[in-house]
Amino acid sequence: MTLGSVPPKFKVGIDCDQCMDCGRCIENCSYGVYRREGEKILIESRKCTACLRCVAMCPRDAITITEKPVDYRYHPVWTREIREDIINQARSGKIILSGMGNARDLPIIYDQLLLDACQVTNPSIDPLREPMELRTYLGKKPKKLQFRKTESGDVELETKLAPNLKLDTPIMIGHMSFGAISLNSHLSMARAVKETGTYMGTGEGGLNKALYPYQDRLIVQVASGRFGVNIDYLERGAAIEIKIGQGAKPGIGGHLPGEKVDEAVSRTRMIPLGSDAISPAPHHDIYSIEDLVQLIRSLKEATEWKKPVFVKIAAVHNVAPIAAGIARSSADAVVIDGFRGGTGAAPKVFRDHVGIPIEVAIASVDQKLRDQGVRNEISIIASGGIRSSADLAKSIALGADAVYIGTAALVSLGCRVCGNCYRNLCPWGIATQQPELVNRVDPERGAIQVANLIKSWTLELSELMGAAGINSIESLRGNRDRLRGYMLDEGTLKVLDVLPAGA
Amino acid sequence: MKTVRIDAKGMHYTPLNQKIRAAVADGAEEIILDNVLGQRFIGDGLRGNVRIIINGVPGGDLGMFMSGPTCIVHGNAEHAPGNTMDSGMLVINGSAGDAVAHSMRGGKVFVKNNIGYRGGIHMKQYEAEARPVLVVGGTAHSFLGEYMAGGLVLVLGIDKERAMTDRGIGSGIHGGEIVIRGEVDDYLLGVGAKKFEFTESDLKRISPIIKSFCEHFGLDPAKYMDTNYTRIAPASSRPFANKYVWE
Repeated sequence: MTLGSVPPKFKVGIDCDQCMDCGRCIENCSYGVYRREGEKILIESRKCTACLRCVAMCPRDAITITEKPVDYRYHPVWTREIREDIINQARSGKIILSGMGNARDLPIIYDQLLLDACQVTNPSIDPLREPMELRTYLGKKPKKLQFRKTESGDVELETKLAPNLKLDTPIMIGHMSFGAISLNSHLSMARAVKETGTYMGTGEGGLNKALYPYQDRLIVQVASGRFGVNIDYLERGAAIEIKIGQGAKPGIGGHLPGEKVDEAVSRTRMIPLGSDAISPAPHHDIYSIEDLVQLIRSLKEATEWKKPVFVKIAAVHNVAPIAAGIARSSADAVVIDGFRGGTGAAPKVFRDHVGIPIEVAIASVDQKLRDQGVRNEISIIASGGIRSSADLAKSIALGADAVYIGTAALVSLGCRVCGNCYRNLCPWGIATQQPELVNRVDPERGAIQVANLIKSWTLELSELMGAAGINSIESLRGNRDRLRGYMLDEGTLKVLDVLPAGA
Repeated sequence: MKTVRIDAKGMHYTPLNQKIRAAVADGAEEIILDNVLGQRFIGDGLRGNVRIIINGVPGGDLGMFMSGPTCIVHGNAEHAPGNTMDSGMLVINGSAGDAVAHSMRGGKVFVKNNIGYRGGIHMKQYEAEARPVLVVGGTAHSFLGEYMAGGLVLVLGIDKERAMTDRGIGSGIHGGEIVIRGEVDDYLLGVGAKKFEFTESDLKRISPIIKSFCEHFGLDPAKYMDTNYTRIAPASSRPFANKYVWE
């Protein structure tokens, strides 16, 4: 072949003085980097993804992994990545797929937003002493309340309230399907959200029976493939979410490769074993905003108007008017997924180049809904690249009611963001269906880790709010006066409706 | 047989469905709906074995998510009857709109005359008990059986010179089969769809469905019991496997 091979991405080494020859690296590496030949452990660096499973399991810290051991000639325009993509396409003539979220080194707006705190003129609040109200209700709120006086002189609420989800903390776990990730990962997260009083999304993979005990903590998803969707599924969920788009790949559908469609996935999704599970780009019963209303109402009618229905869209250029249209349908919440949202697999060109950051999307949607006088009637859920309690607090201050986390929850289960989710070889037992790998996640232990993450962020959020003199999440929501922009351009500050630091 | 009659004149779909659910809960075996005019979602998410006779024209998404009941429509139907239906049956004594049997996973939809665009789109099956069937007496517009992942679509083209004249049949099909009366021109097939010979054993397999369809609409099945059909099935169960390369 005239192209030859590209340099390996990683170089793996074992320090022979440290190594005790236990062979755990061989057992743990599902990519086949290590093998034993006679007395020696041989290394094939080219197979390494830097998932760090071997490093984590080595009892002697004997393993080192170096990134990019062979340099290309430096060029600021023709980067290594650009060159390698061209070589890959010259070989294949195909669309390049990649895992995880947007991997471009673009500025992150969250990192250029700063939070406020009280000094002298208004006192900060100590969350140790004062209650911090983090309870969040997601769903439709009435325009106004009407009351009626009973004969005995009591006052009764006359307005019929729409069903809402009650969250003890504004952190939910986003939709990652069974199929894309393992059952043990799902079980870990389901237990964690139950314990922490919040919710998680099922993704478009149906509902495995093992998750039934957690069903009142699950938001079931209806996407364009309608996998696993039937009346039983809809009735089990606490809420229903229609997925129109996803931040990692706005405008296109998804497909689960046949390799991942094993017996259990096939049964849960209700599709044949080993066939690709293809979600088309559009919902073929939604070709207009009127059709969206019809799908929302069909779901409500099927479940006798007992469940809130959310609509998830990717953050794209016209996200604000689109969200306004959704707010005027019968939807109870709009979910906006920013361009840093993760995925098991997406065409790289979409993952890295399509969509807009979640920060500006939250701000513009919140603003549009306020301008139209409907912000108080519908909830906003933000997702796509939320990495910490700071991102969470900033999202709420920009106007979100709650957030979905995805990658962060997976990292709490062991994921090291190696981005090889599509290969069904995940050594951490997360993005795989191979039983011996799936068993590496112990749902009991996993649940503790995920719950710990949610608890930590909740504690940090309380502290941040207390420092800002805020004791209720409602007072933080859309409170952009408590944000300042640092080194952000004027246009972005205007969209965010945030003053520059110092102003 | 316990029959309940409901006059749907001027009634919104929610109270109408509430009445239907109440009648089913009360043990009704047959429900007759009179003066139906555009009410959407009739039988939406309904379970059981009830038989619903619909006199009039139901609105969109008739029998959506339905699991078990039979709906017999004396009239035409709108957009997407049988949408994401699980099991049961729809019999439409007329024509129907676009996206008929969209994502249907089980049960049967029989349409006496014609259907619109995207009929049987993304129908799917799981094992033998969940194998959806859509039969169209007349013809269908473009994208019939697009993205189809299972089940059977049968187009009889009764009284037509050609059963199908619209393009995009089975584009992206990766499971199930589309059977069309007579010849189908190659240029009508979508990407990923492939023509196969319709054999005697195919006929044997689908003849109970032809008989049942004819019975419902008072037609003579003998006229359709031959091998003058074209069978269209996936070229591969993984149509996109060759479109992508990993990073």
